[in-house]
Amino acid sequence: MYSLKFDVDVCKNCPTGACLVNCQYLNADQETAVREMVNMAEGKDSFVLQECVTCYACEEYCKRGNHPFYLITEKREEKGILTAPRAITTQWINLCEPQGKYRLGEVKEKALSFGFMPEFLRWAKGKLFEDVMPSFIFGQEFFCNVVYIHFAETATFKKRLPGVIENFEKLGVQEVVFLHDECYGAFAHLAPAYGMEVPFKPIHYYEYLYNRLNELKDLIQPLNIRVAYQRPCSARLCADKHHFVADIMDLIGVELVQREYQDQNALCCGGIFSMCFGYDLAHEVQERNIEDMKTHQAQYCVFNCPACQNTLGSMVAKAGIKPIHMIHLCRMAIGEM
Amino acid sequence: MTDIAQALARIVGDAYVSNRPEEAYFYARDPGLMPSHPPDYVVVPKSVEEIQDIVRLAHQEKIPIVPMGAGLALTGLVIPLKGGIVMDMKRMNRILEVNEKGRYAVVEGGTSQGLLRSHLEKHFPRLRHSIPDSPATATIAANVMIHGQGRLTQQYGFNSDMICGLEVVLASGEVCRIGSPALSSDWFSKGAPMPDLSGLFLGWFGATGIITKIGVKLYPRKKMRDVEIFITDRQDLVPDMVYELTHTEMVEDINVFAQPKPMIFKDNHHITLFFTGDTEEELEFKRKMIWHSLDRFIKAKDGGFMGVPPVMKPTLLDMPQRSVSRFADVKKGGGFEYSGPIIMVDKYPDCAQKILELAEKYDLGYSGMARIIGRSHAMMYGFAFTFNRADEEMMERTRKALHEVSEFALETGGVFWKATVDEQKMAMDKMDPTTLGLMKMIKANMDPRGIMNPGNWEVDE
Ligand SMILES: Cc1cc2nc3c(=O)[nH]c(=O)nc-3n(C[C@H](O)[C@H](O)[C@H](O)COP(=O)(O)OP(=O)(O)OC[C@H]3O[C@@H](n4cnc5c(N)ncnc54)[C@H](O)[C@@H]3O)c2cc1C
Ligand code: SF4
Repeated sequence: MYSLKFDVDVCKNCPTGACLVNCQYLNADQETAVREMVNMAEGKDSFVLQECVTCYACEEYCKRGNHPFYLITEKREEKGILTAPRAITTQWINLCEPQGKYRLGEVKEKALSFGFMPEFLRWAKGKLFEDVMPSFIFGQEFFCNVVYIHFAETATFKKRLPGVIENFEKLGVQEVVFLHDECYGAFAHLAPAYGMEVPFKPIHYYEYLYNRLNELKDLIQPLNIRVAYQRPCSARLCADKHHFVADIMDLIGVELVQREYQDQNALCCGGIFSMCFGYDLAHEVQERNIEDMKTHQAQYCVFNCPACQNTLGSMVAKAGIKPIHMIHLCRMAIGEM
Repeated sequence: MTDIAQALARIVGDAYVSNRPEEAYFYARDPGLMPSHPPDYVVVPKSVEEIQDIVRLAHQEKIPIVPMGAGLALTGLVIPLKGGIVMDMKRMNRILEVNEKGRYAVVEGGTSQGLLRSHLEKHFPRLRHSIPDSPATATIAANVMIHGQGRLTQQYGFNSDMICGLEVVLASGEVCRIGSPALSSDWFSKGAPMPDLSGLFLGWFGATGIITKIGVKLYPRKKMRDVEIFITDRQDLVPDMVYELTHTEMVEDINVFAQPKPMIFKDNHHITLFFTGDTEEELEFKRKMIWHSLDRFIKAKDGGFMGVPPVMKPTLLDMPQRSVSRFADVKKGGGFEYSGPIIMVDKYPDCAQKILELAEKYDLGYSGMARIIGRSHAMMYGFAFTFNRADEEMMERTRKALHEVSEFALETGGVFWKATVDEQKMAMDKMDPTTLGLMKMIKANMDPRGIMNPGNWEVDE
């Protein structure tokens, strides 16, 4: 069985306790943060196990190579502390179970992975993708299974992720561009944290888009719009790729508004919050988030994750801000939309 | 042509009467499981007078007469069990009046749900009626005749509680009005404050008279509608959840379903909640009340609101919900029947357990679906099975499963909805004998020659 690499000694002499000190949903000073992390690592109880809302952000805040959120998840699971109602967890486990209904394009050494997000089957087209398409991979068999960490349910990804890695391997792919950054996070971050070997090179689609846009530079018409960026939870698992957001915006002439809830301070879209905890937390966070976009006069809200867009898209639209996915924004910049 | 056929042709015209085998074949059956039986004649009248003449002829010749809407009740209620005339009501499809401020419509006895809906949408966008999930061709009069339920049933009761007057052709051929239209030009009540005679017809499946006009109450149609789905793995808690939801008085319609396929629905019970508003604020306020009413279950992790993807919403918000009809054909071959007892909401766990047992025992595809009636006053629990009509063995298994459902329903305190002939017998056997005597007296007096949809609600000697 795969187990999490977590070094409690690294926490014991941590000068910042950044994981919890920076947390937007819990209150902790450095001393509390370190104490609670150590307590949890040693199997003791902690308020964190009860109160963490699963935003993943501490995985980014910790700069010392530990995995605070994965630890919280492990310990919750050990103690049977549920984050989501059982029915929600079961629904997701059933929904993403491999059923032999995956879809493959003409898969070559380099391929696009759509994970289990059907939107990408429609969205990945045009010049941006033409040098890889129709080499694509889609379906439960290639789904990263990271979502279960929201539900303190590591057993499912521990069981399924090795099979998913094997499925990629069987296709003989060398490089896989993941259009959902949670999938990228699975192979670049979570799998290594659990000692799973990944026999191909995962590429974040922002990096891919950035490089493609550079190749297509002649086609770019600066968009001259003001956008707010909705950073998803999964971006915390690939924080080293976050700079591509600003890089891409620069390249296509978009002004990224400098709002309060961006970068490290980003707020969750609220989708998982509502499923796990009901109305109040999700709506409070959503209202704050959208208000912030309005205050900074964003014309568009750019989404990275289709699930965030499903959750928040109509709400931002009602606030007069156009929801748009990063892929569509980039296609707009080269005159395809 | 026989004498009867000629006599019918004189009433409705040659084009609208038939005794040809191809028509007889079609009118001999419905999409359910009951054995077929051909009519001798099919007739499609256009007016009240034509209906009166047909009934007089049938009365005189002692020929059975079976009124038929779209034939979608599924339990054999339009199969002419003793032959005779099937009277297809579809040409009686005019919308005679919509009283906007009084919020009612008067329609003819063969008017379809779809027709009234589109008429209202076009001409009276602030009004709606309680639409059932049957295909849009289903008729309003027939739905009320079988005490159907629709989108507004959680708020206002059975669709038959939402009517405001009838015009009926009796077995003698006389025409009579029931409720306020019996003495007023206004249609606002099916009975009160006088003796309510509508009960002489509603629920009788056409065995006491033929509805030629019906007053349908209309309700405010808000500009927006939305849907949420609360899911739980605790079937025992569903009645409590429904109780809390109905307490809010914020929900338009509450449907609960559990089915093994597709995978997203496996292992859980789904409480689908529809709600409406004229403004974003109203809609959001209701959403908030609805969500909060279930907080204690969310806290205990016994249930939660699933994220309904935007692509799923149009399907759910569709009226009628076409996914129900699609389910009807999952086995291909178009066989679908559900036994839907009307039963207390606290029996939900027993019903959910029973359908699982039966699906396993008889190896059938299933969907358990409940529509809440009133503020948790009762529910229709549909034990729905799909089958391939070309597979006789599968049909037999389905028949057996549904028979067990009927027995279970009665034992559990339920009452059959749109009962098959067999279920009618079971119900009458169990019924208080004095009540049964009363039914017998009514039927004998209203249909002395036994010509009205014979075989249905016939009290044995
Ligand atoms: C996919 C599907 C979904 C359904 N969902 C629902 C639902 O949500 N709610 C619901 O209530 N039902 C539902 N039904 C059941 C049924 O289709 C409806 O109740 C429908 O309204 C019945 O109307 P009909 O015109 O088809 O009736 P028919 O089957 O034609 O007739 C029903 C009964 O009424 C009698 N009758 C017909 N017209 C007259 C008349 N003018 N005067 C006197 N008696 C008459 C007939 O003799 C018969 O006894 C569903 C059915 C299907 C197939
Ligand atoms: S998880 Fe990282 S940030 Fe948190 S206490 Fe440990 S080392 Fe410090």
